[in-house]
Amino acid sequence: MHPAYSIIFFTTASGLGYGLLAVAAVFVGTGWLPAARELGAIIILVGVVLVTAGLLSSTFHLGHPERAWRALTQFRSSWLSREGVAAVLAYVPIAGLAWGWVWLGDVAGAWLLAAWLTPVLAAVTVYCTGMIYASLKAIPRWHHPLVPWLYVALGLATGAVGFHLVVAMFGAANFRSAGVAIVSLLAAAVLKIGYWRSIDTADPVATAETATGLGGFGTVRPLDPPHTAPNYLQKEMGYRVARKHALKLRKITLVTLFAIPLIGVALSVFAGFFLGAALAVIAALSVGLGILIERWLFFAEAVHVVTLYYGEKAA
Amino acid sequence: MTSLPAQPTPKRLGLVIDLDTCVGCHACAVNCKEWNTGGYHAPLTDFDPYGAAPDGVWFNRIHSYEAGTGADARVVNFPKSCLHCDNAPCVTVCPTGASYKRGSDGIVLVEEDKCIGCKLCSWACPYGAREFDTDAGVMKKCTLCIDRIYNENLEEVDRVPACVATCPASARHFGDLGDPDSSVSRLVADRGGYDLMPEMECAPTNKYLPVREKTAGAGATLPLEDASPEGGFLGWVDRLLSDTSAA
Repeated sequence: MHPAYSIIFFTTASGLGYGLLAVAAVFVGTGWLPAARELGAIIILVGVVLVTAGLLSSTFHLGHPERAWRALTQFRSSWLSREGVAAVLAYVPIAGLAWGWVWLGDVAGAWLLAAWLTPVLAAVTVYCTGMIYASLKAIPRWHHPLVPWLYVALGLATGAVGFHLVVAMFGAANFRSAGVAIVSLLAAAVLKIGYWRSIDTADPVATAETATGLGGFGTVRPLDPPHTAPNYLQKEMGYRVARKHALKLRKITLVTLFAIPLIGVALSVFAGFFLGAALAVIAALSVGLGILIERWLFFAEAVHVVTLYYGEKAA
Repeated sequence: MTSLPAQPTPKRLGLVIDLDTCVGCHACAVNCKEWNTGGYHAPLTDFDPYGAAPDGVWFNRIHSYEAGTGADARVVNFPKSCLHCDNAPCVTVCPTGASYKRGSDGIVLVEEDKCIGCKLCSWACPYGAREFDTDAGVMKKCTLCIDRIYNENLEEVDRVPACVATCPASARHFGDLGDPDSSVSRLVADRGGYDLMPEMECAPTNKYLPVREKTAGAGATLPLEDASPEGGFLGWVDRLLSDTSAA
């Protein structure tokens, strides 16, 4: 599948933003983090900017962005529509959390409820994002039960590393902020490696023979193409550049998305303020780079069954 | 509404494509483009038509495949257009309601005014039936020529999709596949019409008729006539002339 940069930015930025807000809301809700206004202002600002920029960028690849509001109407059947509705609803508890934390400087009562609803709606939104891809049977590597949970786990992991960075900047990093980041990074790594194993060993869902129904004669090969220049289908679904380098890119993903952030976050707890903050910065930059590579690879590695009509043997 | 209509729809209009008789002339694709660039989805893009990289929206594309190897290999011309699936995934993924399947006749359509151009429907389709119009910013697809089949300004004989009307080999048939007694349904029953990529579970309305088995002996190289015939007038002539030249 051709990776549209606006979609890669959208899914990674909104995942990170929702993860950051969710982790911060849990820390404030449980009282693990003092409801300090400055800290709250920074976290909510960064989280909301990331989420909103992501949602806006998802409209950049549309043919008609001015009609984007219509995408909120078909939630009964479409995961894309459900995601839009969930994203709009998620702003409600986030606004409540911001009001209590930043304006009142105290998260209690209704504002505490907002703090607990924030991670719930954040998770629902990111789950819907994952289901947009997982619901597409025509792309077997996406139509996989782990895909929506990967989106949730990676949103949480990147958000937790981001949260650890912000609290480290305020000198408030501790074993809890590091622990949440480490556990969520490990969980995401296990899911991602499990996902790669699963798609690498899965039997093909369809072949050139079943696509044409000509398998009775033997192997099916394209002879004359229907047109003299690549068409929309080949440009949109026939992307193959990354698949050639997939193994190398997977290793780079493991190092940047998981290994460096894990080491950086773990060491930062034991270091002093400056070194600790520097390590948290390195961990966050690495996780940012890693998630972009991971998402690019997620698109580029996916084989669409329509390519079976254009020379691919199995998908 | 992007939920699918109750199944089955009263009518299931679609095509039956005979892979045995298709000659691969691309006339159906050309007439489709010609009609539809002035029809429901008008105009269809046609960038750089005579240049090095022509690009544009087509609802119908004619592949050709070689199936099998050696003496048993077959060359099969393979037209492919929207299959108007009963279980159309392109419809249910649409976030805006632009993509829909008609409850009355099962035709899958796009309402351009509602389409935001997110392309998700083209990702959901296993068959590559939908093509994005980069100029209008909306998705386009085969309409089964709704502007011909219900067009009372046309003679009744012409109220069939453009691809069917133009096929010189009668390899394309149009009708109601929901009616077991219709000519297309009988054709499917008689010839063993099949679904493309059934593992995708889209329940396509359009069916493909398989390539027939070879007639025994057909295609085998027959020897040329014998240059030294035995008996008869030619035998006598041959003998006479052969003897003369030998002498």
